[in-house]
Amino acid sequence: MSFKEYLTISEVNGPLVFVKQTEGVGYDELCEIELPSGEIRRGRVLEISKDICLVQVFEGTRGIDVPKSKVRFLGKSIELGVSPDILGRVFDGLGRPKDGAPAIIPEKTLDINGKPINPYARAYPSEFIETGISSIDGMNPIIRGQKLPIFSATGLPHSRIASQIARQAAILDKQEKFAVVFGAMGITFEEAHFFIADFKQTGAIERCALFINLADDPAIERLATPRIALTCAEYLAFEKDMHVLVILSDMTIYCEALREVSAARKEIPGRRGYPGYLYTDLATIYERAGKIQNKPGSITLMPVLTMPEDDKTHPVPDLTGYITEGQIITSRDLHRKGIYPPIDVLPSLSRLKDKGIGKDKTRKDHSDLLNQLFACYARGKEVKELAVILGEASLSEMDKLYLKFQNEFEDKFVKQTEYERRSIQTTLDIGWRLLGAFPKTELKRIRQEYLEEYYDNVSKT
Amino acid sequence: MTEGKIIKISGPLVVAENMSGAKMYDLVRVGRESLIGEIVILKNDKAFIQVYEETAGLMCTQKVVSTEEALSVDLAPGLIGSIFDGIQRPLDVIRSKEGDFISRGINVSSLDKDKLWHFRPVAKAKENVEPGDILGEVKESKIIMHKIMVPPGMSGQIEEIKEGEFKISDTICKIKTKNKTVSISMLQRWPVRIPRPVLQKLEPAAPLITGQRVVDTFFPVAKGGTACIPGPFGSGKTVMQHQLAKWSDADIIVYIGCGERGNEMTDVLLEFPQLKDPKTGESLMERTVLVANTSNMPVAAREASIYTGITIAEYYRDMGYDVAIMADSTSRWAEALREMSGRLEEMPGEEGYPAYLGYRIAEFYERAGRVICMASKEKSRQASLTIVGAVSPPGGDLSDPVVQATLRVVKVFWSLEDRLAHSRHFPAIHWLTSYSLYSEILEEFFNTNISTDFSKIKKDAMRLLQEEAELIEIARLVGVESLSDKDRLVLETAKSIREDFLHQNATHEIDTYTSLAKQYKMLKNIMSLHEGQQLLSEEKVALKNILELPVTDKITRSRYIAENQMQKFEEIAKQIKDDIEKFASFEKIKKKGKQREL
Repeated sequence: MSFKEYLTISEVNGPLVFVKQTEGVGYDELCEIELPSGEIRRGRVLEISKDICLVQVFEGTRGIDVPKSKVRFLGKSIELGVSPDILGRVFDGLGRPKDGAPAIIPEKTLDINGKPINPYARAYPSEFIETGISSIDGMNPIIRGQKLPIFSATGLPHSRIASQIARQAAILDKQEKFAVVFGAMGITFEEAHFFIADFKQTGAIERCALFINLADDPAIERLATPRIALTCAEYLAFEKDMHVLVILSDMTIYCEALREVSAARKEIPGRRGYPGYLYTDLATIYERAGKIQNKPGSITLMPVLTMPEDDKTHPVPDLTGYITEGQIITSRDLHRKGIYPPIDVLPSLSRLKDKGIGKDKTRKDHSDLLNQLFACYARGKEVKELAVILGEASLSEMDKLYLKFQNEFEDKFVKQTEYERRSIQTTLDIGWRLLGAFPKTELKRIRQEYLEEYYDNVSKT
Repeated sequence: MTEGKIIKISGPLVVAENMSGAKMYDLVRVGRESLIGEIVILKNDKAFIQVYEETAGLMCTQKVVSTEEALSVDLAPGLIGSIFDGIQRPLDVIRSKEGDFISRGINVSSLDKDKLWHFRPVAKAKENVEPGDILGEVKESKIIMHKIMVPPGMSGQIEEIKEGEFKISDTICKIKTKNKTVSISMLQRWPVRIPRPVLQKLEPAAPLITGQRVVDTFFPVAKGGTACIPGPFGSGKTVMQHQLAKWSDADIIVYIGCGERGNEMTDVLLEFPQLKDPKTGESLMERTVLVANTSNMPVAAREASIYTGITIAEYYRDMGYDVAIMADSTSRWAEALREMSGRLEEMPGEEGYPAYLGYRIAEFYERAGRVICMASKEKSRQASLTIVGAVSPPGGDLSDPVVQATLRVVKVFWSLEDRLAHSRHFPAIHWLTSYSLYSEILEEFFNTNISTDFSKIKKDAMRLLQEEAELIEIARLVGVESLSDKDRLVLETAKSIREDFLHQNATHEIDTYTSLAKQYKMLKNIMSLHEGQQLLSEEKVALKNILELPVTDKITRSRYIAENQMQKFEEIAKQIKDDIEKFASFEKIKKKGKQREL
């Protein structure tokens, strides 16, 4: 099929190219730009009006000239060719093979923008995923089909946590089909290498598809990467019935690319220069996670983002938190204390936990126990602050118990090693043992019957 | 019919030329796939259109056709139990037609046009009727009797009215007006941006009982009132909205998921049919209408969803029902406004929001109220429409323009706090920063219907919480041990109010809903224990003994007492008395003994 070629580029500005006198160009259409050197770059139509068409170039505009560069509009959106062979492969941020192997032979091609899942067709996520990490399983459990981001910051081991989750969650169901899709946006070679090496070492690579846009790859290409990764995930989950875990790292860098385009378009900026539609844009990514009725597969989405200056109210973590079903927050304090994983359980949250835990799922006492642990740990933290001001000596006896509990909780419950895989039973029993330090009457959040069953048997052993 | 051509496409905004003759807010069909849009600006012969569906693939020169009608909703039996998108397309029908994902240009009717409903006339032939008068009834769900009303703007004499099984568009009645005879069907259409008329607005008089202790006792919202729930993410706005939708004693609930999570709507869809309305004992879905425009659905339809929802709510209010509407979240709606405003290149106000943001918000909340419905005089009836809006300010910062504009109009402010949520104190409504301007109006209701000392106990409890905040400041400086016994008692009781009364577990089968009578008894016990403890403390009983009265444990667990076991509260009340007296007399004996020795 041949396409009309335009030699009518009128302006090149940042990541944008303006093409004049176009005809029959569709909004959001994919196009190719042929440089005088013969190199071909890809772009996407951002805006069209009667006489001018605005194109965003994925691979950067360096080398594009006004008189000689040619533009072809391809009459379709960006698409990804998919087939089961996609697993075990490494691609670049636009879905082209990066591992030296030949391109896959697509079973079908899919529009990377996807379509919104009809809320009426969704199935409510309710299957617990055992990650083997106590601070997650016990306190903020991940549910299949959930979107749960890791809010981290520079210098914290979020990559190690993400890969531990991917590694250990994958082991659980050998009989079920499990896959990991990894989308990297602007992370460094070392970080990407860490994931690949870790997946290779554990053999998980066979069940992984990686889409990698490194820090020195074209910035605008990143805008397509999460969508490509999720399109691949949708195919595996809803057509091949797999349970897919999608890790997207780092969403902050993705948002910066979005801001760059917005600034080049001279749009009215929202907070901190990010475009006003950042929420909607992020939602079209995050909301692709989920489960659909009568389909066995699922997409569990775990975006990783670094909070600039550890600030949770920065627009990227803030808007992410409003869309995702909770968040796992890492803490620099815990990290400094040498606690791995440095997950700060208090501000962390899993919104879907209530339907995924309890009798027949984890254990009947789980919900009450985690509420009690939260309450005690929060009180312990308050007491600790108090102790700093007043000195430990002036604390009441009960407060001293809380203070001790807070330390023990971090040391015994939160802290574990990178290759330690605790069963949920173990995690809950550790919780009960820690609560054993308190008298029964202090444990107000736990139902009497569970207190009778577990407090005497587990806490006091 | 006006037909123009597209000359510009930018996201959800499309500009078309040759559109002279089209009116503001007319609905238009855009492009080859006939996408639905609405005209928002007219400039010479150019129309600026916000398109309610994804615009990818649209091209210049494709046509735009005006339907010459404003964006309207269909109002007829069949609304209850449905789930609609932002422009009233039923999502269940879309799914059966198009599959699990939503595609574009779908043309489905809002309500089932083939379903037969049994219409039973109430009005008789030869009767004179005016707008809002009830012509007849249809049993729409197990608990909702759908009243068919004379449409606004029509009055005359009934020529003919029949009972039987009808489709919603069949003629059920003929009315002879001044000039002609009009056939009336059960189906009405109403433009969403215009409030439906009422005869008169009234002051609110009764509370909307929600079963949530912190709300009903301390910060009640009136039937016909307005409330807002601002809070950072994770503070429990949505759980709160769900709790209100589940347990409020309104007749009809309209729940709008505006730019929020898909799974939350699924949760409502799956959970509500299982739950029983405490008032009628029937499934909650029998009184609920859902409007779902999730965050990944087109942004312009998100803007419309709020209006779609409230128009449906007003329609049921007009029948004489108490309706409550939950909008989660109005910030997403405001963001949709901002996005369109930006694309229209309007001069921005604060934080990029359009300058008319405040007006739009006020206009929306003003559609609430307790009213006398439209009807001829002798048939007048009262009804109410309550609005509860969630607000999601960035970073939980209350200086956000949407929060500020909302606070200017709403009367109840439930302030959700991060810190409370982190220690899992839910609902994380802060007792000192929240307020309800209905407290005074509703005092009489509580005092007559629950107990004469209801408002006294509530005020006493609130004073203790206030004192606690001050004492904690002091304790931080000098240590708890150096406070007087009296102050330490205040701290202990305030803690009990917080942990045993204000804290409420939405997932616990009994704790999730507390009737007003139970709320009163719970708080009464806490307060009378406090009174007794104060007496003991005045008699110089050691603080340790006062705080370890055996009854405290029972008070802690009194939230789990089922509604049908209210006598247990009396038992606790008795035990409080006994415990206190035991000590008091014991002390007296000791004193007497000492006197003898002397």
